[in-house]
Amino acid sequence: MDLVTRLARSATAIAGPLLFVEGVRSARLGEMVWIRLDAGESRRGQVIELSETHAVIQVLEETRGIRPARAEVAFTGRMATLPVARQMLGRTFNGTGEPLDGLPPVVPEAVLPIAGSAINIVRRERPSEFIETGVSAIDGLNTLVRGQKLPIFSGAGLPAHALAAQIVREARVRTGEPFAVVFAAIGIPFREADYYLHAFEGSGAQERTVVFLNLADDPTIERLMTPRCALTTAEFLAFTHGMHVLVVLTDMTNYCEALREVALAREEIPGRRGYPGYMYTDLASLYERAGKIRGRAGSVTQLPILSMPDDDITHPIPDLTGYITEGQIVLSRALEQKRLFPPIDVLPSLSRLMNLGIGGERTREDHRAVADQLYAFYARGRDVRRMAAIVGEAGLGDDERALLAFADRFEAEFVGQGDARRSIEETLEVGWRLLGAFPPEALTRIGRALIERYRPQGETDGAGAVDADGAARHPGAPAGGAAGGRAAPEQA
Amino acid sequence: MPGSSAGSIVRVSGPTVVAEGLEGVALNEVVRVGRDGLLGEVIRIRGGQATLQVYEETAGLVLGEPVDATGEPLAVELGPGLLGQVVDGIERPLDALAARTGDFIVRGVMHPALDRQRRWHFVPRVDPGDQLQGGAVAGVVQETASLVHRILVPPGLSGRVRAVTPGDATVTDPILVLEDGRTLSMLQRWPVRQRRPFLRRLTPERPFLTGQRVLDVFFPIAAGGTAIVPGGFGTGKTVLEQTLAKFAAADVIVYVGCGERGNEMTDVLAEFPRLKDPRTGSPLMERTVLVVNTSNMPVAAREASIYTGITLAEYFRDMSYQVALMVDSTSRWAEALREISARLSEMPGEEGYPTYLATRLGQFYERAGRVVPLSGDGEGAVTVTGAVSPPGGDFSEPVTQASLRVAGALWALTTDLAHRRHFPAIDWTQSFTLYADRLAAWFEHEVGEEWASLRQEAMRLLERERELQEIVQLVGLEAMQDQERIVLEAARLLREGFLRQNAFHDVDAACLPAKSLAMLRTILHFARRAAASIERGAPLRAILAAGLDEPLLRLGEVPGERMEAAGAALVAEIDDTLARVGGR
Ligand SMILES: Nc1ncnc2c1ncn2[C@@H]1O[C@H](COP(=O)(O)OP(=O)(O)OP(=O)(O)O)[C@@H](O)[C@H]1O
Ligand SMILES: [Mg+2]
Repeated sequence: MDLVTRLARSATAIAGPLLFVEGVRSARLGEMVWIRLDAGESRRGQVIELSETHAVIQVLEETRGIRPARAEVAFTGRMATLPVARQMLGRTFNGTGEPLDGLPPVVPEAVLPIAGSAINIVRRERPSEFIETGVSAIDGLNTLVRGQKLPIFSGAGLPAHALAAQIVREARVRTGEPFAVVFAAIGIPFREADYYLHAFEGSGAQERTVVFLNLADDPTIERLMTPRCALTTAEFLAFTHGMHVLVVLTDMTNYCEALREVALAREEIPGRRGYPGYMYTDLASLYERAGKIRGRAGSVTQLPILSMPDDDITHPIPDLTGYITEGQIVLSRALEQKRLFPPIDVLPSLSRLMNLGIGGERTREDHRAVADQLYAFYARGRDVRRMAAIVGEAGLGDDERALLAFADRFEAEFVGQGDARRSIEETLEVGWRLLGAFPPEALTRIGRALIERYRPQGETDGAGAVDADGAARHPGAPAGGAAGGRAAPEQA
Repeated sequence: MPGSSAGSIVRVSGPTVVAEGLEGVALNEVVRVGRDGLLGEVIRIRGGQATLQVYEETAGLVLGEPVDATGEPLAVELGPGLLGQVVDGIERPLDALAARTGDFIVRGVMHPALDRQRRWHFVPRVDPGDQLQGGAVAGVVQETASLVHRILVPPGLSGRVRAVTPGDATVTDPILVLEDGRTLSMLQRWPVRQRRPFLRRLTPERPFLTGQRVLDVFFPIAAGGTAIVPGGFGTGKTVLEQTLAKFAAADVIVYVGCGERGNEMTDVLAEFPRLKDPRTGSPLMERTVLVVNTSNMPVAAREASIYTGITLAEYFRDMSYQVALMVDSTSRWAEALREISARLSEMPGEEGYPTYLATRLGQFYERAGRVVPLSGDGEGAVTVTGAVSPPGGDFSEPVTQASLRVAGALWALTTDLAHRRHFPAIDWTQSFTLYADRLAAWFEHEVGEEWASLRQEAMRLLERERELQEIVQLVGLEAMQDQERIVLEAARLLREGFLRQNAFHDVDAACLPAKSLAMLRTILHFARRAAASIERGAPLRAILAAGLDEPLLRLGEVPGERMEAAGAALVAEIDDTLARVGGR
């Protein structure tokens, strides 16, 4: 950020992360300021409100120790921008885009406002290219496509990082097209960030990765800038350089907390659980920055990760996210406790763009039908499991027993694949094998022709072969549940 | 700008701006804000200061920048060329904006909604000497292959015709001259926050056919009626609204994408030009106007978008058309209202929504209706279906509750059904319609006499299932008697074979009432006969294993025209099979 300043004032009041400056007549809404402390230090801030009496500045760094009367506020006249270049690949920056790797600043190809602008919907292109993640619960049932925004809803101690790293590792393999990863760490502990960095290194993706780091002990308010810097970079690489960019934003819960902190300091009327009423709109201004544009080669695919406080999916952070993103992958503590990896609960999981990315030419003609049928049986199997908990297994009929057995095998074999990768064909094969426990007439979600073509011949017995890696435990120790415990062992 | 008074910005906070020096400005007057001339509207005047809601991104505004009043309220352009268009919340045509500014939306760019160059063939319906009243049909333009755009005299205007100019004209060319010298063109403007006048209201008594079995049979609404569609994220509101836009029986569809996803709108744009209107054979896009203000577009324009949408709908209604308006989602509109209200430091009501939320919602839904337009010619209707996005899927929140008080029907979507992929995830126990009684006569007359009785029988079956399920949860299925188990089986077939409808299946996606009736007849026939067989001592096992469920579950895939025959054949098969499996 440059230092050409228009005027300097001293601040009059301070409240949490906010600084109030009186008598400012020509500041711009959204412009960046420097706050010079009497000790000679400087901190950065952004104008978030303007009135005749005062300007409100959101200070990106720590405000403790700032004495308003002694602090000098210099207005730069510039909106928050980020210098971007293809050269950023392989580099590491802090949460506001300054180099963190000891190398000189990048030579910018462009300087872009990090707020971004909305893609005109008539210029959007429908995402439709299948991304094979190698994870059956995703590829088979909740397919990811290029240009989609598909968050992972996690919980404390659940292995979202291992799943995200696996997706990043696999998502690039099938095509020879230019590919990049933009990784934004938002208020996460060092050990978790380190896990990702190792994972990228191990998969050879490092020189194709741009990293923005705002760690747990970095300034909170800076977190409001970090995903914006990441997305600005991603858009530039995608739409100017034609790359397919996968953006990992973690952890969006920390972002929302920074948002809440500013709102509370502004004494705004809080919405649900203290989060501001405009959080939906604010989150949308990030999540909507995914997609494809007609006539341009690249794409921006988003994989935000968030922790559901208390594992509560109705908490405003997952709730508002789910209302904006194109589906969600929900991790389940129950499956984690069964030591299954990835512990994806497929019932609340969803990919809204799945239909665009699957079928005959893209994956296989039976994909949709197999997914529907697996869902139908699994949902009923879960009902039976709930009932069996009350009435006991003895109270179950044959059909119910079959459904129950199916649900168990589905979790162990289809979802709990361990860290082995499966091609989409293998995923569908596992699906058909599980469906083999039912007679063909029971497969009412699948067309007759498809049943004939794909259903493995043979007995309709539930006792199919056990998948070799079926129940394999995911890497890392579950003990204590802390994410750092499983930092990158499989890369070794 | 004519009659403009110059003010200046004294405060900027999110989408609201306060200006001083705008003397004589009126509430709801449009203003141009700042050096870029951003579009805004006056929403409060107090002590020499006017508060404005700005329809474009306010970042970068500086105190002291000028504000100009325009002397006009927020209004939309109406005339030929609307169909097939995509406009933003304040009716800027997104195609034209893209042509001017590229792939991203740039602020401060104005562009008229209607193409000024395009020529339309105007065929007058009046002669010199005729006395004209507001709302009268002055002439017609064949706007699309299947829709005649009736050129209406603007409401409030009247006079005697001196001259008429038939033939090709742009929307701004004069087509009529009145004796007092005033001229009329095909273009008119109407303030969006004001309802367009009509001659009188009619009682809604014909159904708005949606093509969705569960809606048309169990929870039908009338043409000119209103329904709300609340549901948590991913429960299928958008798919349902888009399915209605595709298959509902209407002449014109106005679809408002209010604060939702960009890709969903792109979906519509990709599909609608390719899909055919089942009634006219023309591309669906030709009967559709899209009003789009996605979640990342300015919130103030989101607030305006539903009014823009309903004004366009009323305009086509006034041409005596059946119009359907979909709003996805009204909650995003309410949130925009809340955000603006908060910036005004108004006293907040429940969950921070302004206390006038319910009033505004009521005023909006009241603009739906079946009417005799000012022309006195036939009738027109605006049917409104509004999606609601309750936080956490909890319907007790203010927007759902306020909407419930004004809507004529509730189509409640539940997360539980969506998670088991039962779509449309309409919960038959919670949903209701206030139109059923009034529409019964139409269905019995037009579709079949057994309509009401089969409908009731089906509802009873579902009700019975619910009671039995409660017991099953406690004792297990095995402990149930065969009479009860066959009820559960029949109810399952009704749920999965009838209520469920696959929006992505070529045939199943839309269903006419006649097909619905035939399906219902067949499934209920099984329910009755199977129960009777059990009574006569037939073994439950044998009935369940007879393979009758599969064809019943696949009835939805049978094309409408073959349904009568297929249903009858299946009825015969049911009788045969049940006779074979025993019981005397
Ligand atoms: N009628 C249907 N047939 C088949 N699938 C459906 C149907 N309705 C919904 N779905 C499935 O559910 C998904 C979510 O539906 P939709 O996008 O309409 O939800 P929504 O209620 O609008 O969610 P949000 O509030 O987040 O916008 C769809 O992507 C589709 O996979
Ligand atoms: Mg939706």
